[in-house]
Amino acid sequence: MSAVTADPAPAPAPAAARVRARRARWYRQPTLMAGLVLLAIILFMCYAAPLLTSFNPDTQNLEQPLLGLGQAGHLLGTDQEGRDTWARLLYGGQVDLRVAGLAVLFPFILGIIVGSLAGYFGGWVDAIIMRIVDIVVAFPFFVLVIALVFVLGTGEKSIYIAITAIGWVSYARITRGEITVAKRQEYVLAAQSGGLSSLRIITRHLLPNVITQSIVYAMSDIVQDILAIVTLSYLGLGIQPPTPDWGTMIAGGQNFLTTQWWLTTIPGLAVVITGVALSLIGDGLADLLRSGTS
Amino acid sequence: MSAPLQLEVSDLRVEIAGHQGVVRPIDGVSLEIAPGEAVGLVGESGSGKSMTLKSILGLLPPDAKVTAGSVVFDGTDLTRLRQSRLNKVRGRRIAMIFQEPMSALNPVMRVGNQIAEGPRVHLGMSRAQSVQRAMDLMRRVGIPEPERRFRAFPHEFSGGMRQRVMIAMALSCDPELILCDEPTTALDVTIQDQILRLLAQLCRESGTSLMFVTHDLPVVAQVCHKVAVMYAGRIVERGTVREVFTRPMHPYTLGLLRSAPDVDHPGQSLEPIPGSPPSLTSPPSGCRFHPRCKFAEDDCKASDPPLRLLEGDRATACLHYERCLDQIGTDR
Amino acid sequence: MSEQNILEAAGIEVSFSVGSSLGARLRHQQHLLHAVDGIDLTVRRGEALALVGESGSGKSTLARAIAGIQRANRGQIKLDGKVLPARRRSRADQRRIQMVFQDPYSSLNPRLTVGGILHELLRVHHVVPRNEVESHTRQLLRMVGLPEDAIHALPRQFSGGQRQRVAIARAIALRPELLVADEPVSALDVSVQATILNLLEELQGELGLTVLFISHNLAVVRHLCDRVAVMYLGRIIEVAPTEELFRNPRHPYTAGLLAAIPRMTPRDENEAPAVQGDPPSPLRLPTGCRFRTRCPMAQQICAEQDPALVGSRADPEHSAACHFAWTTETANAPETV
Repeated sequence: MSAVTADPAPAPAPAAARVRARRARWYRQPTLMAGLVLLAIILFMCYAAPLLTSFNPDTQNLEQPLLGLGQAGHLLGTDQEGRDTWARLLYGGQVDLRVAGLAVLFPFILGIIVGSLAGYFGGWVDAIIMRIVDIVVAFPFFVLVIALVFVLGTGEKSIYIAITAIGWVSYARITRGEITVAKRQEYVLAAQSGGLSSLRIITRHLLPNVITQSIVYAMSDIVQDILAIVTLSYLGLGIQPPTPDWGTMIAGGQNFLTTQWWLTTIPGLAVVITGVALSLIGDGLADLLRSGTS
Repeated sequence: MSAPLQLEVSDLRVEIAGHQGVVRPIDGVSLEIAPGEAVGLVGESGSGKSMTLKSILGLLPPDAKVTAGSVVFDGTDLTRLRQSRLNKVRGRRIAMIFQEPMSALNPVMRVGNQIAEGPRVHLGMSRAQSVQRAMDLMRRVGIPEPERRFRAFPHEFSGGMRQRVMIAMALSCDPELILCDEPTTALDVTIQDQILRLLAQLCRESGTSLMFVTHDLPVVAQVCHKVAVMYAGRIVERGTVREVFTRPMHPYTLGLLRSAPDVDHPGQSLEPIPGSPPSLTSPPSGCRFHPRCKFAEDDCKASDPPLRLLEGDRATACLHYERCLDQIGTDR
Repeated sequence: MSEQNILEAAGIEVSFSVGSSLGARLRHQQHLLHAVDGIDLTVRRGEALALVGESGSGKSTLARAIAGIQRANRGQIKLDGKVLPARRRSRADQRRIQMVFQDPYSSLNPRLTVGGILHELLRVHHVVPRNEVESHTRQLLRMVGLPEDAIHALPRQFSGGQRQRVAIARAIALRPELLVADEPVSALDVSVQATILNLLEELQGELGLTVLFISHNLAVVRHLCDRVAVMYLGRIIEVAPTEELFRNPRHPYTAGLLAAIPRMTPRDENEAPAVQGDPPSPLRLPTGCRFRTRCPMAQQICAEQDPALVGSRADPEHSAACHFAWTTETANAPETV
């Protein structure tokens, strides 16, 4: 009996050190930190809009259209209907980021659920789901989204429906692939032999271990969604005026490109910078995951 | 010790800079191999045995470096050679066989070409000559139908056959020394038997020396004349196989012998070695094995005993090795 | 008699489809790999039965079929006289056979603490009342020799040997009657193997467990098990009590396997290897006896008739699947005991 019970406790010191090392690594990832800081700045600015500007983004002032930078207290001038550009940029950012955030969430959830079922159960469930995925994937994302919104009518709700209907496939594919591999791991077999239900195994045992890939993908997906939303609005199909939004700002300002160039360029720049921030986060996460598995 | 030594490793030390401190996987290793001898190097995971082999041929990972000691092969210290000169030794005079044949063989190159490559590059043979040599080697290692099998790819072979291909590759330039890194660990028992006999036979017939790394003690007994036991980056005991396995002089060796079931003595109870191998960044003070040793005394904690040469070829790093011999005396 | 048998498996077949069936047919191969090709096995209550074989023998697949995590294509498994359904076993039945796996690094969920892993099982199966779950978990850890604060630790903080202890704790948490151990010590260092083997032996005694022990390591088998079943290419080719098998193997493969084990005293170096050649591809099995291509005693009848597993009249405990198992005297005897 003594030979069996004389076992050293799992050394807590090295374990704590390892966890500490992990957290330290997270801070030290330059890409990830840069992206997070940048995104934090953008989010702060957009949501602290009332602090940063006293103007209302919807208020038209037809007597003061197309003011230049800094004129009459308008930091970035006004657009052709006299609305303050800076205010529109900030409040528009709120709208775009919120819509993009939700727009990435629904396909994420739907795709993961479908992908898990396909991956775990295999067989005809997998075959049918994957054929649907193949078909959807064959079409270009933008074209389908635009077509769907056109059919469904304009507005925020249509954007969500369209993007969810098309966007879930990537998450489904990623998740299905990861689960197909992970389910062969012995701890899953152990859970099965322990009589645990499939639902429990998928949610508690498999998903936490495979979800990270989808999260990394979601970062690049948000960028794509922002672009889609901005494009839709630019085409007049997405967010409708008077709600401020970077896409409509870009569309509205294009006639004045040679004179009041900032009306189009600044919102365009905002899209780019947000995209860069999210990409950096995505890259940083991917790097972190890769180094973490060594 | 009148015969000249073929390989002499003296007080070799290797360091790797990790983010938790400096790790010393090899911390003062000394070994000797005479021509035609088969020497086994046994230890568990983390003992440094595989890394010892790799450091002989300079195959260490990029962040590892030799900080002290020497590896003298036929008069030259291999650790001080430049890559270009070291390459003349690798494959040509010292060859290596690995544990996983599937990852050690190029999956997109035909097996025969892989065997023929060595002679072409190192011995300057023409294509036709090297092909002929490859087929001779395949026959010698027991690969049936070499003419047909020459053009096969590694994935078409079974594990045992792939290992034979690796042995053929190792033999291709008639090396003086072959380093074997757990070559049969991944193989089935019956195939292992074939490979071990083949290696022992080749060693006998061509006078090639072998250095055989494994964690499996009986395997060493089948192939080797001498054995060195490694623990925490050091050699703790050395001697002939017969001597070390019947009259061990180090508590770790004794522990290894008693913790594994012996197929010929099934009734004996197994005595595991308590504790676990030490951290290589901060090994225990004094004798590295003392925290797990049932014979440990005060002087074991105080000083770090070096490997001492006793009578004949025997060496041990234990201050109280007679205790082991007493134990054996009371058992059998 | 059947009360003695905790498990009776009859006619078990497990097949996997390999590659494209068309391609295989063109090459005159089967496209079905019969990993387990018609096995009858009884496991007696309280014993430690070893399933021994090399790669491709089907031992792991059979173990998984018995444990209910691999579906058998044919055959019947009876647990304590009751037939188990081929597809989904009830939770109550699933509980009674638990498994320990080979790889300690992939058999524990890396994201759950030891406590989490054990609590879940105890709760889902209502093994003990809710308020006793915590104390029962502590008791399980004590039984396998782990300290109590292991409850809050993650698998990655443990060594291989300690992880196997956790895996064993998990397996006995549900109080199974049959423990299927699939090479539980093969991935561990030699000095650690002893701890786990001693633990298994101890638990078997304390809990009255029946153990089905899968291994390719005959030294371990001889040390731990009461009976041995030897498998080759999907079939059981010999069954006998341990000592009888080691002293008097009646199938040429068993004899070869025993002779191939490396021993501490070196063998005669001029001897030929115990078993020659490679095993045939499981997709292209030889006609008749599947071992005949490597058998030193193969005769004409071996190519024509597939021998059945037959016991000797003198010793019904010992059966072998060879036409000459009970006829020749010394041909199969190993040179050392």
